[in-house]
Amino acid sequence: MSPRRPLLSLTGVSKRYATGTLALDGIDLTIMPGDFIALLGPSGCGKSTLLRLIAGLTSPSAGTMEWPMATHDATGEVERDIGFVFQEPTLMPWANVIRNVALPLELAGKKRREAEERAAEWIARVDLKGFEKAYPRALSGGMRMRVSIARALVTRPRILLMDEPFAALDEITRFRLNNDLVQLWAQERFTVIFVTHSVFESVYLAERIMVMAPRPGRIAEEVAITAPAERGEEFRTSPEYAAQCRTVSLALSSAMGGAHE
Amino acid sequence: MSESTKATPAAGSFLEGTWLRILAPTLLALLFLGGWEMMVRVREIPPYILPGPIAIWQTLLRDWGSLSVSLLITLKITFMALSVAAILGLVLAILFAQSRIIELSLFPFAVILQVTPIVAIAPLIIIWVDDIAISLLICAWIVAFFPILSNTTVGLNSADHNLKDLFKLYRASRWQVLTRLLLPSALPYFLAGLRISGGLALIGAIVAEFVAGTGGSASGLAYRILEAGYQLQIPRMFAALVLVSTTGIAIFLSLSLLTHLLLRHWHESAMGRGDRR
Repeated sequence: MSPRRPLLSLTGVSKRYATGTLALDGIDLTIMPGDFIALLGPSGCGKSTLLRLIAGLTSPSAGTMEWPMATHDATGEVERDIGFVFQEPTLMPWANVIRNVALPLELAGKKRREAEERAAEWIARVDLKGFEKAYPRALSGGMRMRVSIARALVTRPRILLMDEPFAALDEITRFRLNNDLVQLWAQERFTVIFVTHSVFESVYLAERIMVMAPRPGRIAEEVAITAPAERGEEFRTSPEYAAQCRTVSLALSSAMGGAHE
Repeated sequence: MSESTKATPAAGSFLEGTWLRILAPTLLALLFLGGWEMMVRVREIPPYILPGPIAIWQTLLRDWGSLSVSLLITLKITFMALSVAAILGLVLAILFAQSRIIELSLFPFAVILQVTPIVAIAPLIIIWVDDIAISLLICAWIVAFFPILSNTTVGLNSADHNLKDLFKLYRASRWQVLTRLLLPSALPYFLAGLRISGGLALIGAIVAEFVAGTGGSASGLAYRILEAGYQLQIPRMFAALVLVSTTGIAIFLSLSLLTHLLLRHWHESAMGRGDRR
C-alpha cells in the first residue's frame, strides 16, 4: 500500500503585508483529501489570510505551497478546484437564487441550461427547493448562507474553504447549518478548511483543529478530534464532546498566553 | 373639493403611501393656482403683466398648433442629447474602470467640461458648428454628460470586494467580470445619473436655443418664449413655459419608472416601504 498523497502541503509559508505586518509566520500544514480541518484562533491570528493564501487570492511572501494532485492550466498555474464561502453570503443581489448558484458553472463556460439544472440539484440539497426564483433580499440570513454553500459546491470542488461562514447567524440557525454541513461532508467527502473563532463549533465539525496564535500568526498546536461517524445532537451533548471542547479550549488559551509573554 | 376636504381629517392610516403622495401635492397645486387666479381677478392685473392660469390654459389650447411643433423640436434635441450622453458616459466610465491611466488623463477634462457654464460656451459652439441643430445638441450633451459619467464611474468601482474575489477565484475573464459583476453593480448609479441628466439635457437644450435665438418655423420652445416676450404676448410665454416644465416632469417621471422597473427586485432605492425587510 503506497502512502496517500496529500492534497496540499504548505512548508514554511509566511505572509508579510506591504505595511510590514507579519500576518503569518512559518506555517507547515499538510492537508489530506477528505480532511475536515478547522483553523481556530482569536482575531488577528492570520486564519483568514491563510485561507486566502490557499484560495490563491493572495500569494505567500516566503515558503512553498504544493498541490501534488492538481492539474495545471494553459498558463501553468495550478487549477486549485476550490469552493469558497465568505463570512457574508456574498450573493449577487440582482440575480435570483438559481442564477447565483449557477454562476461558477457559467463562468467556467457551461451552457446556461445545463448550469441551471445542476444549480437546481444543489439548491434542493441545501433544502431551498421552491426558492429558485427568489431574490437574495427576500431570504433570511440562514437561507442566504445556504445559497452561498450551494454555489460553492455546485462545481463539485475538491476543497471547500469557509471563512467564519456562520458567525453572523443566530445560534439555532448556526446549529442547523452545522448539522447540514457535516451531513453534506459525510456524503461527498470533499476536503473542508473551516475558519472559526468558536471552540464549540470547531470541535463539533472538524477532525483536525489547528489552534492558531497571533502576532505573528502561526499554528500553535494541532488537536485531533474523535467523534462518532454520525455527528448530531447526541454528539453535541455527550461527555466526549465536552471533554474535547475543554482540551481545545486549554490549547487555545495557552496559545494566547504564549503571545503575551 | 368637498371630497378632499372630507378625506383630510381621516389622514394617517389609509391615506399614507400612494394616496398621500398624489393627493398632497395636487391639493397644494390647486390651492396655489386658485389663489393666483383670484389675485389676478381681484386686483385686476393686466394679462401683459401677469396672466391668470385660466388665460394661460386658453392660450395653450389656442396656440397648440405652433407650440406643439416647437415642443417636438425641443424634445428631439433633449432626447438625442440624453441618448448620446448616456451612451458616451457609459462607454467612457467602462474605459475608466478598465484602465487607471485613461481615467487619470481624461477625468480632469470631463470636470472642465462640467464646470464651464454652458451659457458662456454656447455662442462659440454655435459659431463653430454650421448646423444649428447639431450645435444645440452638443450644448445639451455637454450639460447632460457629466452626471452619467461620474455616477457610473462610482458605480463600477463600488462592486462588492468579496464578489470580486469570487470572480477571481473562478478565473472569470475581464469580459465576464465587466458584464456579470461591474455593470450590474453600476446600474443603480447609472440610472441615478440618468435621472439627473434627463432634466439637465432639457435645460441644456433650452439654454442653447436661447443663445442661438434662431427664428422661423423650425425653432424650439425657448425661441417661442423669447418671441412671445418681444411681442409682449405674456400668456403665450407662460404657455410655452408650462410646456417646458411639463416636459421636464414627464422626463423625470418616465426615468423614475424605468429605474423602478429595472431595480424593483433587488435594490433598496426601488423598494416600497412595505416590502423592505
